[in-house]
Amino acid sequence: MRLAFREALRSFRRAPLLSALSVTTIAFAIFVVGLFGLVALNLNRALREVEKRVEVVAYLMRGTPVEVVTVAIGDVERFPEVADVTYVTEDQALARAQKELVELQGVFDDLVSNPLPASLEVRLKPGFRDSDHLRDVAERLRGFRFVEDVRYGRDWVIKLDRIRDLTAIGMLVIGGAFAAASVVIIGTTIRMAVFQRSREIAIMRLVGATDGFIRLPFLLEGSLKGALGGTFALGLTYVAYVAFDRMLLRAQFFNPAEAVVFVVFGFALGFSASLAAVSRHLKSVRPA
Amino acid sequence: MIRFRNVFKAYPKGSLALKDLTFHIRKGEFAFLTGHSGAGKSTVLKLIFAEELATSGSVQVSGYHLASMSTRDIPKLRRRLGIVFQDFRLLEDRTAEENIAFTLEVTGARSSVIEPKVTRVLAQVGLAAKALAYPRELSGGEQQRVAIARALVNDPFVILADEPTGNLDERATRGVFQLLRDINANGTAVLMATHDLDLVRGTPFRTLELQDGGLVYDSAVDRPAAETES
Ligand SMILES: Nc1ncnc2c1ncn2[C@@H]1O[C@H](COP(=O)(O)OP(=O)(O)OP(=O)(O)O)[C@@H](O)[C@H]1O
Ligand SMILES: [Mg+2]
Repeated sequence: MRLAFREALRSFRRAPLLSALSVTTIAFAIFVVGLFGLVALNLNRALREVEKRVEVVAYLMRGTPVEVVTVAIGDVERFPEVADVTYVTEDQALARAQKELVELQGVFDDLVSNPLPASLEVRLKPGFRDSDHLRDVAERLRGFRFVEDVRYGRDWVIKLDRIRDLTAIGMLVIGGAFAAASVVIIGTTIRMAVFQRSREIAIMRLVGATDGFIRLPFLLEGSLKGALGGTFALGLTYVAYVAFDRMLLRAQFFNPAEAVVFVVFGFALGFSASLAAVSRHLKSVRPA
Repeated sequence: MIRFRNVFKAYPKGSLALKDLTFHIRKGEFAFLTGHSGAGKSTVLKLIFAEELATSGSVQVSGYHLASMSTRDIPKLRRRLGIVFQDFRLLEDRTAEENIAFTLEVTGARSSVIEPKVTRVLAQVGLAAKALAYPRELSGGEQQRVAIARALVNDPFVILADEPTGNLDERATRGVFQLLRDINANGTAVLMATHDLDLVRGTPFRTLELQDGGLVYDSAVDRPAAETES
């Protein structure tokens, strides 16, 4: 193992240009995936912000006693989908309307009695904020005797569902395509490194080195290059993020755990690409 | 020790490189393998160190049946052989010493074991003073000596040499040949492919001559009784 490590380092020293090239290639490949990840991440967070506003409003019949409402709130809060329930009394509804609809101030002043019903505003837990769950909850709320009507922005929520699905699919397709491209690019650079050392490999085999022994320095080299490339990619992505955040829109960066994924991803890419390249090479020189 | 029985070798999309080859190299023997270019000398050696597989017939090397041998055993076999080529095949970015040590490192030997062995074989080939030289700093003859030292360091039972003097001048050729004779005198068998008939002539060693892949002459054929299993 120590020997393999030494051999891996030797190849860095011997072919600094090719090594730098592979690391840079890996870095840029992962950088592109990282940028996309960053967009997806921020899109997702924005989406979740919007989702928070998803709520079901149950309008109560005029004159429903507060005690009844209190019991009902307890029941609704026990729905598995429900995050919280807010009781808006008739007076509160009017106050809110007056504040929000300033243009109609005069109309409110002329009112003799409050035309606005009391309501329960039900917000759902994350993960339940889609149209199917909303419909379920709305159905159940309609079952209460004192509930007059239930409203939720159905069309709007369906649109939200669609955006969510599209981002997920887009993320998978584009991210997957870039990841696949980077695997190919990394595979090529590692194959170049293997090819450059085919003479050495031939000599190693001649003096009785096992395939495992021959592979090890390449795997180490590939993994190291991959991890290094991943680290650079993380740096590049961070620079891109800072630029975007300062000049265009407030955005969010990956948390530390997500950032580590860059390095791990690079490592895994480097490892698998070099494994494939070396194994293929060894197989091609084996007697039939 | 090395036994060919009715060996045929056809390369993919090539004609027959070896035809019905049967011979036996005994333990500690020195034998020349001669023949015109393309006669199949290198192919015979490649079959012995399992670089190629015989198309039919059996090749047996020190108890290994090469046809049925698993690829995982090939390194084990090669560690018991010393292989030398016309073009030396040294690693350019390593010193003489490192080239030789590499052979042992590959087997997982400790450096405490490696060092004395490397020193010993370097002295044996007369290059103790050039231990730290890189191949490009050595003459062809010296490079071949390093290659022979590398072949020796695993204490092989046979040295397989494919035209080891092919790139060397007269003087260096004599030197390398003498070295191989000395090694043989210490008990290691040598199978040397060459088309340098001057070298072969006037030596007491066995000669196997190939022609178009067939054995046309074996100087040991007069005394087949001496061929025993080893
Ligand atoms: N890898 C190969 N693929 C196809 N044909 C091959 C291959 N290696 C050798 N041959 C053919 O097999 C025959 C024997 O070749 P071989 O190298 O054993 O000859 P040789 O006696 O060593 O010749 P030389 O003295 O020129 O080295 C030749 O006809 C050659 O063209
Ligand atoms: Mg040849």
